[in-house]
Amino acid sequence: MTDHVLTYMTFFPVAGMVAVLLLPRERHDLIRWVSALFTVPPLLLAVWLFRNFDRANPGFQFIEKFDWIPAYNIQYFVGVDGISISMVLLTALLSFLCIFASWGIDKGVKGYFALFLLLDAGMMGVFVALDFFLFYIFWEVMLLPMYFLIGIWGGPRREYAAIKFFLYTLFGSVLMLLAILALYFTTEPHTFDMTQLIAQSDRYGTTPLPFWPFDQLRWGFQHVVWMALFIGFAIKIPAFPFHTWLPDAHVEAPTAISVILAGVLLKMGTYGILRINYSMFPEATGDLAFWFLGALGAWNIIYGALCAMAQKDLKKLVAYSSVSHMGYVMLGMATFTPHGINGAVLQMFNHGTITGMLFLMVGVIYDRAHHRDIEGFGGVAAIMPVYTGVSAFAIFASMGLPGLSGFISEVLVLLGAWQKYPVLSVLGASGVILTAGYLLWTVQRVFLGATNEKYKTMPEINGRELFTMIPLAVIILIVGVYPSVVLDLLSASLEQLNQAVIPHLG
Amino acid sequence: MTLLRYIPLFPLAGALLNVFVGRWLGRRAAGLLACAAVGLSFVVSFAIFSLLRATEVLREPLFTWMEVAPLKIEIAFQADALTAVMLLIITGIGLLIHIYSLGYMGHDEGMVRYFAYLNLFIFFMSLLVLADNLLLLFVGWEGVGLCSYLLIGFWYQDHANAIAGNKAFIVNRIGDFGFLLGMLLLFWEMGRQGVWSLSVSELQNITHLLRPERVRLITLLLFIGAAGKSAQIPLYVWLPDAMQGPTPVSALIHAATMVTAGVYMTARLSFLFSMTPETLALIAWIGGLTAFFAATIAVAQNDIKRVLAYSTVSQLGYMFLAVGVGAFSVAIFHLFTHAFFKACLFLSSGSVIHALGGEQDMRKMGGLRRYLPTTYTTYLVATLAISGFPLTAGFFSKDQILWAVHSSPAGSTSLWTLAWLTAGLTAFYMFRQFFLVFHGKCRVDEPALAHIHESPPVMRVPLVLLALGSIFAGWLATPEFMWGSLWEGWLEPVFSAGGVANHAASEDEILFMGVTLAISAFGFLLAFLFRSPENKIAEWLSRSAICRLLAGKYYIDELYDFFFVRPFTASARWLAQICDPGLIDGLVNGVAERVRGGSLLGRQLQSGNVQHYLFAFLAGALALLAYFLGR
Repeated sequence: MTDHVLTYMTFFPVAGMVAVLLLPRERHDLIRWVSALFTVPPLLLAVWLFRNFDRANPGFQFIEKFDWIPAYNIQYFVGVDGISISMVLLTALLSFLCIFASWGIDKGVKGYFALFLLLDAGMMGVFVALDFFLFYIFWEVMLLPMYFLIGIWGGPRREYAAIKFFLYTLFGSVLMLLAILALYFTTEPHTFDMTQLIAQSDRYGTTPLPFWPFDQLRWGFQHVVWMALFIGFAIKIPAFPFHTWLPDAHVEAPTAISVILAGVLLKMGTYGILRINYSMFPEATGDLAFWFLGALGAWNIIYGALCAMAQKDLKKLVAYSSVSHMGYVMLGMATFTPHGINGAVLQMFNHGTITGMLFLMVGVIYDRAHHRDIEGFGGVAAIMPVYTGVSAFAIFASMGLPGLSGFISEVLVLLGAWQKYPVLSVLGASGVILTAGYLLWTVQRVFLGATNEKYKTMPEINGRELFTMIPLAVIILIVGVYPSVVLDLLSASLEQLNQAVIPHLG
Repeated sequence: MTLLRYIPLFPLAGALLNVFVGRWLGRRAAGLLACAAVGLSFVVSFAIFSLLRATEVLREPLFTWMEVAPLKIEIAFQADALTAVMLLIITGIGLLIHIYSLGYMGHDEGMVRYFAYLNLFIFFMSLLVLADNLLLLFVGWEGVGLCSYLLIGFWYQDHANAIAGNKAFIVNRIGDFGFLLGMLLLFWEMGRQGVWSLSVSELQNITHLLRPERVRLITLLLFIGAAGKSAQIPLYVWLPDAMQGPTPVSALIHAATMVTAGVYMTARLSFLFSMTPETLALIAWIGGLTAFFAATIAVAQNDIKRVLAYSTVSQLGYMFLAVGVGAFSVAIFHLFTHAFFKACLFLSSGSVIHALGGEQDMRKMGGLRRYLPTTYTTYLVATLAISGFPLTAGFFSKDQILWAVHSSPAGSTSLWTLAWLTAGLTAFYMFRQFFLVFHGKCRVDEPALAHIHESPPVMRVPLVLLALGSIFAGWLATPEFMWGSLWEGWLEPVFSAGGVANHAASEDEILFMGVTLAISAFGFLLAFLFRSPENKIAEWLSRSAICRLLAGKYYIDELYDFFFVRPFTASARWLAQICDPGLIDGLVNGVAERVRGGSLLGRQLQSGNVQHYLFAFLAGALALLAYFLGR
């Protein structure tokens, strides 16, 4: 079994989907439990992976490779390294927890869980694929179930949100497809193998574009491909100004899907940039990272935070906080210091757990009050003390309270950024004030104050809901106190990545 | 010896136990558990205090916190004389406040939650003073901010409390922003010397290698943090509002913990601050101005706790004044004595408020001497101490500050004039309060008067102990012409780098003391003359413009609101409600619309009408023909 760990992790959910499809549609509980069952093996394998991952090895591990479509040199090629391992773990964990967060779905249960499991497989595939063609397939596989999950099980404006999400991401995918083809045809022999593409990353240096008029900007073929890929990934992150699909999608998506969206899907943007832009185009990365990742990241932090401050919808607020927090990832990535880049990838992981918790928190109260209007609550702390405690934990984690995980990654990012771009670091650090501002104001309006008579009888958070949130809280605390559990996984590969880009920095 | 870790560990365990099983323990057991936890910490702190030799530094590494080569930051504790003194204050006074709370909060439904927060507070504060590196210190730093937020907004059902908690946290965050930047800069500056740990002891070893202009910036940024936490201009605004919490919390925040963190931090990094006379001069001025400014506001307040709040801001100003002239040990000494008399004042005022069923307006008090004899005595002792009555704790510590400002080369006439004026104002507003509350005609409402009662022993015992401390704590450091100072000898190794006040000219010092006393006595006299609210001159004064300005706290809150809060929220609203959905998303939807429009136009071509197609075909053929013929 351990020879094909990643394959099992990716395709167990597909088997689960098939199983769910074979079940009678009215057996709701059976469908739920079977779905849950099929997310357990990936989770256990993730634990196994965590224990057996060689932390000192910067290269790919647990590799599986065989020819798939030999005519075009397409392979089934999977493996993990320090860049992807944390995302694989996060995906396995969130997929498992989100099954339980989806328990309340009672419309089209069979379809929902089947699509959810397919989504799970697609996400896992994106993080483990090492063949660009395979990567693209998983990327699209993940897109479709997401469209239906939002479009069918979403809120009142679900169709608008789903189409917007779909078109936006598809636009990115098309650019990515063009980039993939460009890469394929410029390698000799033509290949989609990422390790080959990375190994040949120095081959573009001297080919300027024939029709590019601005020679002094040193824009060549690789810069164009870099930009195409970047836009595709920036949409996913989401980086300003491509972020507007996110609030709509989040507001309409069911709770569990929001968790997956924020926890896993957004990370694909930054993951893709690290895996593809950074590894394959170190020179273009050196030229473009400052503006498109550093400066844009700092802008994301502030813009997202300011937008969050004036939101009226609780879920929208959390969505904009994601925009802000993903800014730290971008800023950290642009520093090319060990602290910054480790902090960035750690922030990807932390944002997944923290924001996951925040969306679960919104889901709990939405299920009870059937609205998310921040002004419409008040005094929830008196009615649901346990819920308030858990929520406060998540909120303070999001605020970067020292001792919890968000603090570690934000500090590492800012430490890294300070040396290279002190101004961006100051801007990023000012995010701590804004974040405290909008989150505390939210706490005040939702949880504190006089109790709203309407909700006097709201039931306390139940065991199932607690079960979805507590594991995340535990991880947030552990990573906050002892971040080496995650950092050790990352540092070797990220150091190698840094070293590839550093010679090309302007 | 691995004792240090137990000091934060006990309160942490207490807090966790109360959070998770407190509701099954019951209120009384939860409270006792919390007291026991802090009591144990106090015992350990005392053991360390007595075992620690003067020049010794205990170090206790636990584990590596974060490691990203080259950066390596440890979770490690250290304890020297300064830490030991701070620990005694935190756990000792903290313990008394815990015990007092057993009585004060005895009937509150949220008592379990209250004690969990209180223990957490002690945990973070002890972490702060024990931390071996700045990042760990920052954990405690933010942690006390969190606890103060939780405790200020403890009675969260009242909107005002929740807002006060927010304000405290956010203003502190502004300071923390400065602190964080200072830390980032320091990190790289230390990194230039190959040290990547932010450890204070390693920093001390390489201080002389740092570039002075960088150190200037670092200390300035760190001081922003200190100004936030220790409520100095311009970030003092949160502290008076922090009165919204239960009164023992005010005592805890104002006396033993939290606000002392900024002073402690500057003292801990005294070797760094001593390098930059410019920063120190700024600190001295900020401290002096804050002391005076806050004292003037305190004069015109009518809320019993608000007067004390502004007096805390003012006294903290004194401490920074001492720091600014390089007299770090004197600053810590004032911190030490202030902890006793301010805790005593707050808890005594709590006793008054408790007796009156929650009344805080001094205009509705008066003549309480008869009803609350113990509280009256402790209040009097503490008031004397804060006003600098001879032989009380405040007398010695304040006198040393004034003397340090006078004798230090960094001091100036304007600074000690400011400090003197503040001494006079302090005596005035404290005795004004004292007379309003305890003397004169009783103005208590009828219903409250019926229930008026002295507090139970569990509250009175801490009061008496603190009152004793308010006198005798000062005897540890007396001028040379009395029996000298134990304190200087104890703390000197810690501050060897800093300037030490000059003790040679003792005649000058006696003269100086005399003037201070005269000014304070004048303040007392004024308070005595205006003691009755019906006094004609007092009444006329209270209606004057200047008094309204003071009562309105110089309208600083309103100014901040107008210049900072409103523009920020307005721009946030503009971004969120107009720019983002309108411009950015509008652009996206606009592109979609154009594409749709273009497609609709394109659709017209596919009309399915054969005549149209034929016409297009003919037109095309003719155009081609014309082109080729025309060549």
